[in-house]
Amino acid sequence: MKLYKFHQQRMAPYLFLAPFLILFVVFGLYPIAYSIFMSFFDWRMSGMQEFVGLENYTRLFEIDPFFPRSIYNTVVLLIFGSMLQHVFAIPLAITLNQSWLKGRGFFKAAYFLPYITSAVAITLVFNMVFAHSATGPPTGWINYALENWFNIPRVRWLSYPPAMHATLSIMLNWQFIGWNVVIYLAGLQSIPTQLYEAARIDGASLMQQHLRITLPLLLPVIFFATTLSIIGGMQLFDQPFILFDGYGGRGGAGNAGLTAAYYLMVQAFGGIGRFGRASAIAWTLFVFIILLTVLNKYVNKRLEER
Amino acid sequence: MSQRITRSERAFSSRDPRATNVWGGSQGITSRHLNKVLRRVPVYLTLCLFVVLFAFPFYYLFVLATWPRQLMFTSPPRLWFGPGLAHNIHALFEAIPFHVNFFNSVGISVSAVVTQLFFCTMGGFAFAKYSFKGQNVLFSLILALIAVPPFLNIIPFFQMMSAFGWINTWYPLIVPMMANPFGIFLMTQFLKTSIPPDLMDAGRIDGMSEFGILLRVVFPLAKPAMSVLGIVTFVGTWNNFMGALVFLPNLERTTIPVALARLFHQAHTDYGAVMAGTAVSLLPIMLVFVFFSRRIISDLQAGALRG
Repeated sequence: MKLYKFHQQRMAPYLFLAPFLILFVVFGLYPIAYSIFMSFFDWRMSGMQEFVGLENYTRLFEIDPFFPRSIYNTVVLLIFGSMLQHVFAIPLAITLNQSWLKGRGFFKAAYFLPYITSAVAITLVFNMVFAHSATGPPTGWINYALENWFNIPRVRWLSYPPAMHATLSIMLNWQFIGWNVVIYLAGLQSIPTQLYEAARIDGASLMQQHLRITLPLLLPVIFFATTLSIIGGMQLFDQPFILFDGYGGRGGAGNAGLTAAYYLMVQAFGGIGRFGRASAIAWTLFVFIILLTVLNKYVNKRLEER
Repeated sequence: MSQRITRSERAFSSRDPRATNVWGGSQGITSRHLNKVLRRVPVYLTLCLFVVLFAFPFYYLFVLATWPRQLMFTSPPRLWFGPGLAHNIHALFEAIPFHVNFFNSVGISVSAVVTQLFFCTMGGFAFAKYSFKGQNVLFSLILALIAVPPFLNIIPFFQMMSAFGWINTWYPLIVPMMANPFGIFLMTQFLKTSIPPDLMDAGRIDGMSEFGILLRVVFPLAKPAMSVLGIVTFVGTWNNFMGALVFLPNLERTTIPVALARLFHQAHTDYGAVMAGTAVSLLPIMLVFVFFSRRIISDLQAGALRG
């Protein structure tokens, strides 16, 4: 009996881990190896395969006009869609963090709701908000407001490339500012209030206090939140795909909505299924994400040393 | 603690010279209290302005859902509810099997949550409370894969799911999630500190098997972490677009997001039906959020901070 118990205790971890491990090997490790493998082949959905070495990678930078375009779009949206969020989120979080504020829970919840809303729902609504027509009075709220309240000529938000970037950026800001506010609020709560009292005695203004105390002490949280934004922003797919007509639309006018992940999906599932080329895009994009994360870490470290 | 902040804030606000400048330098006339209130009004106004900005698209969605497409596009655009909700819902069900898509979304999300909680808690328990050969190597390997983005896996997954005959079934959206590296990491970290070894030994002395300990000791104690993992998984699966797009191409088999996107991409889109469908798909999430927003926000935040 005792021996049996001892034996059972030794075997237990293996038995508990077994189902997870089998799944992990099949759906975690194997696909990664498979994906690298495919990226060196002219591999079609139909199964036609031919080893091409690095050609799938080199053509992305030498021949393919869409890939540089898609990287450009992704980076523009990363800056104005994913990074700009933090410029709004940090002051909002600081405002929400004031001790006398009532209804903090309500504000937090109201700002947070877009984050758990599906990208499809958001895109379909914003498609209406940004609706534009060449003739007749404007039927979308944004253009209506521009023309009638601010006397600014209407903008083709969904078919003029720079405006398309703006539309997507506004959507991303709208969806993720609340999320970042919640993250920054948590970070702010860990800053000791004595520091502010000391600064006040030294005669520092509110602005100075936030620049000299809040921001430096918030740097680790900023690094964390911006890293999440970089990882998410570089993978942007749902919103442009839905807004600009899916596989057929290829990112709409001038391919302005064609992000790198969108282009990957078009290559893989939008036609004859170029799995090899799409896998090469996937790995190139993954390397870019890692490089940007490292760059972010470096910038953060330099700022922390100051 | 909070009291002290409050007092110092107050002391500060009455001394801040800008407070009087902004409001006309009327410190002599205005009482201290009024001054303080006046300083706070713009703060609340700004916060409320952002509430309006964040809430308006939701409100506009529900407004548009009540207008049939012939009456939807006006200038100025609609701002109040119309008579066409029933008409739009009817058009929605004519165009797509919405109730089936809804059922698929619910079924896939719930199954993904339940199975993932079970396997990740079990695996996390093994990592946290036992020592075995290769433990550290294995754990670092799992950690390394947390960072793998979904777009890297989607093509191999498609090949594998095709080979398994799983295209247009729920499995592709449930089974790979069971071995989610994030899930096992989260559970391991939590169980390491929250299961006292004495409690496990007491269970053993009482004649419980190791599996019995898992069921009767670990699962009940793991509830806080399971809540985090469950909400992260549910929101992720419910909103998953890319996976359903690739693995569930059949309209009868797919989930709400893909069905709505397909409806939207049709040649002569019935915007009334699209808006009604989007509104109905958001309603359950919004209702749950109204009641459990505190829990959901803190769980999602905890999930991100630990992952």
